[in-house]
Amino acid sequence: MPTTMSTIKPSATSADAPTVPPPMLGASATATPSPSRRMKFETRDMSFYYGSHQALHDITLSVPERSVTALIGPSGCGKSTYLRSLNRMNDIIEGTKVTGKVLLDSVDVYAPNVDVVELRKRVGMVFQKSTPFPKSIFDNVAYGPRIAGQKNLAALREIVDRSLKQAALWNEVKDRLKDSALALSGGQQQRLCIARALATNPEVLLMDEPASALDPASTARIEDLIFELKRNYTIVIVTHNMQQAARVSEYTGFFCLGRLVEVGRTKQLFTNPAQKETEDYITGRFG
Amino acid sequence: MTTVPEHYSRRLAHRHRLGTVFEWACRVAAWGSVLVLAVLLIAVTSRAWHWLDWQFLTSPNDYEAERAGILGGFWGSFWLVGLTGLMTVPVGIGAALYLEEYAKPNWITRQIQLNIANLAGVPSVVYGILGYSVFIRFFGFFDRPQTYELALGFTNVRFHLPLGTVVLSGALTLCLLSLPVVIIASQEALRAVPPSLRHASLALGATKWQTIRYQILPAALPGILTGVILALSRALGETAPLAVLGAASHVDFVPGRIRGAGDLMANPGKLLQAPFDGFTAIPLQIYTWVNDNSRDLRDSVSAAGIVVLLVVLIAMNGVAIYLRQRYQQKIRW
Repeated sequence: MPTTMSTIKPSATSADAPTVPPPMLGASATATPSPSRRMKFETRDMSFYYGSHQALHDITLSVPERSVTALIGPSGCGKSTYLRSLNRMNDIIEGTKVTGKVLLDSVDVYAPNVDVVELRKRVGMVFQKSTPFPKSIFDNVAYGPRIAGQKNLAALREIVDRSLKQAALWNEVKDRLKDSALALSGGQQQRLCIARALATNPEVLLMDEPASALDPASTARIEDLIFELKRNYTIVIVTHNMQQAARVSEYTGFFCLGRLVEVGRTKQLFTNPAQKETEDYITGRFG
Repeated sequence: MTTVPEHYSRRLAHRHRLGTVFEWACRVAAWGSVLVLAVLLIAVTSRAWHWLDWQFLTSPNDYEAERAGILGGFWGSFWLVGLTGLMTVPVGIGAALYLEEYAKPNWITRQIQLNIANLAGVPSVVYGILGYSVFIRFFGFFDRPQTYELALGFTNVRFHLPLGTVVLSGALTLCLLSLPVVIIASQEALRAVPPSLRHASLALGATKWQTIRYQILPAALPGILTGVILALSRALGETAPLAVLGAASHVDFVPGRIRGAGDLMANPGKLLQAPFDGFTAIPLQIYTWVNDNSRDLRDSVSAAGIVVLLVVLIAMNGVAIYLRQRYQQKIRW
């Protein structure tokens, strides 16, 4: 890891860094989003507790629309917790608590009148381990629309076709939609999960280390896919792989010990980090 | 090439010997139980040999060994286990779902959990006493049994309150007996469903009920079915609670007085009357034969009854294995 990171670092000199004003500011400063881009998600002084243990400390972070934001950091730093609090998947765990604001299109997702089912339909999620349902490929992708009440088979077919095409899986499975999803390879399963998430027509895709269990070729396909998808979707991706963050994302946030240490344009953060901790992490000195 | 130290090679031979001994110990344990079962089956079948005929299968019980049959016991057991299953399955799965999926892990939940585990170990005769006072006597609130007649248009159903010793009160008692087993087995099956399946469903905007209905229950079904069949097999073989309930042993009719398929087609109302009719059951029938003075009833007719009971049990377990295989093929992760 350190050697590969050092190849990224010298590619840009520190001299050109100050010319780009940071579009998003870190936890230490107040958020001033760039005026050109609308913010899809914003968290303001968001803290998260598992019982009495505070897992996230005052996270202030904005996610611009139709872009890829990567969250990096050492294991247990809270980046997955942060991701899961955006679509309230943490609600499943007993005894968790959120303070501060989490805004989706300026609406607080933790407000009492927000329907969490509706929220999760708008904010899709892809997990680290692919989780196909023990059903056919078609039924997997059609699951979201079906539970939302879509019964028309023609409409479902259209949704499944579109989603599988978007997830770059269509050509591989078009002749065996009735086959079990569990017969697919690991990389195909993960793309199936992305297709399944896209089928509910979400606005945001949250990805929790989507390629960490995949071989390099499948990882490359997922990365290409993410690059494609950001034209229509806002994507937040948690990754342990810093090259991956550098390759696919436009913005990167660095988490450490439950705090957002630094956030900015990916290029800026990797070539000229503002914080010593960030630099140590991305050059492989710790973490 | 280094030489192996002498003590090492000596130890190695010893370790191999130990491994072989252990393997044989396991082999004896496995085949021993099969052997016992085989001896039992052969002994019972040989004693039952000339008595297990068409006459035995199609006749109700009688004091004469030559005319005695299992028909009343068979259909009594059929109704008992059928009604027990109908009542136990929804209540048992519902309770397991509540405890696993909905209940918050607090003091009350822990007490319920603990009590269910304890109830699973209560001797069945205790359930018999409970069933007697609750279902048969209604705690003695009624001075004497009242007869009611429910007019349903196509048929009239006659029943007593308190229920008395009828199929329904027997089934309710067996239901109490089976519930803890079904609940515990269902809970274990539900717990074995990977959490990732739940999360994936919820993340797609499914409600909790949809997640349970479309993901968790289908995935847990093989395990739940196994528990249900085990509990019902146990209910089928129960004698003590039915004896406490006072089920008659010399019953010369089948519940609902159904005399074959043709009779049932002509009078479908008898299906509704059957739960409120008297009954006997296969194990109870065997128990009374074994205690009879007649040597033929004691030795041979009872053996024939045991064979019928075993065949029904094996058939039920066969269905359980078939269902489990069928659903497991569809679910694999």
